[in-house]
Amino acid sequence: MTTNKTRSIEERLFALALDTDPRFLERVVARWATVQSPVGDVYVAWTKTGICAVASRRAIEDSSSFVDVTSARLSRPLLKGEPSAAIVDAMATGRSRQLRFDLAGLTPFETDVLETTRRIPRGEVRPYAWVAAEIGRPRAVRAVGSALGRNPVPLLIPCHRVTRSDGSIGNYGSGGPEMKEELLRAEEVNLDEVLELARAGVHFVGATTTRVVCFPSCTAIRRAAPARRQGFRSLDEAEAVGFRPCERCRPGIAASA
Amino acid sequence: MSARRGAQRGRADGVLSDVPAVDLGEDQDEAIRRGLNKDLDGGFTHLVEVHKKTLATVAGRVAERPQDADDLAAEAFLRAWRALRSYDADRIAALSFRPWLVTIVLNVARNARRDASRRPRVSPLAPANEPTSSARGVDALAVARSERDELVWRLGALAERERIAVVLRHVADLSIPEVAEALGCPEGTARSHVARGLAKLRAAYESDVQTPSRRRATKEGTT
Repeated sequence: MTTNKTRSIEERLFALALDTDPRFLERVVARWATVQSPVGDVYVAWTKTGICAVASRRAIEDSSSFVDVTSARLSRPLLKGEPSAAIVDAMATGRSRQLRFDLAGLTPFETDVLETTRRIPRGEVRPYAWVAAEIGRPRAVRAVGSALGRNPVPLLIPCHRVTRSDGSIGNYGSGGPEMKEELLRAEEVNLDEVLELARAGVHFVGATTTRVVCFPSCTAIRRAAPARRQGFRSLDEAEAVGFRPCERCRPGIAASA
Repeated sequence: MSARRGAQRGRADGVLSDVPAVDLGEDQDEAIRRGLNKDLDGGFTHLVEVHKKTLATVAGRVAERPQDADDLAAEAFLRAWRALRSYDADRIAALSFRPWLVTIVLNVARNARRDASRRPRVSPLAPANEPTSSARGVDALAVARSERDELVWRLGALAERERIAVVLRHVADLSIPEVAEALGCPEGTARSHVARGLAKLRAAYESDVQTPSRRRATKEGTT
């Protein structure tokens, strides 16, 4: 009865039992941990697919509230875990392009807004209207603001880098405008300069050497010597005198909206 | 939310809360139940560890594609967790976890099959609605590379309720009362589904496989 040939049908059926992959539990549960950021401790949660929740400890003081709210939103158990080196590093540096996210449950519009926002480099800001234009919904500026306000993964998808066209920094869902400003200053955005220019009606800055025009926070224009910079109220004004839009910060798309 | 849950469970589990969760030889359901009452997510993790193999087996042997077994089992556990979240201690006390979970995974697998049939694809084993006639299987058997594949194919050729009953009883190793509970039928019905399925498997082997050793093997298997 023990050799292959003579095994009973029951034995052979029993041999059809399957085993699960060793990390099976991770298909079922999400994990969370506390991680350091430039604005203090933050809670981060992730699934097998990617990061699904971030919240500043300043916004939610008690970790059990974060766990309850997040577990309810994800509709799955949320257990304590070990954050990957990639998460820890991205949280510390603000550079998160390599990370994977799990944005299940968001609308296609919200997903588009976040995907575009993800591409804004550290140390720079873009207007809400720019995000709206980039996703092909130039009139949906307010909806972009609401979608960013519901960003489930702030800091890592840097909604703090989207500000108002008048140079003021606008609202911030996770921790208020003060935290948004703190984050931007930690990334060395030229906030004061941007605001000062906006007050003078200047929303674009060109380099007279290259004749390229940028958003005032673009790294490209900030490298130009101050004497070689020229401010513009609008992109049309810049293009009228022979400037072309920067391919890096893409100011053209918002202005043409 | 879980604070409220915790408070409820805390009252309900009273003196048991200090008993260690796992102990060899202890009734597993009782240990899981105590875990769930104390801390839903902790108890749930235990539930997954104890029953994941059963659910993957049921999902993999009932669904058309065994490679989906882990995903279907994971989905079933999530549904179980969502249900447990709203159950009070009395309701949890009344649960037999294994048949309960198996019922859930059977539903998940059935839904997955229905969804898949709306998006037809070529399945190498396409067994679900095959007739039980053994002659029908000659071509497919020619490509079945091993005994194991052959048995999987033959299981797939059974009528659905017999196939599920045989999988639950003999592949996933549930008892007849558990099979009956999982299928929501009387024990006698469960027993006869299993017996009929097994008899058909044996008959198929006897008419197809001419080697005396195998024929003897299937006869010996009769109990």
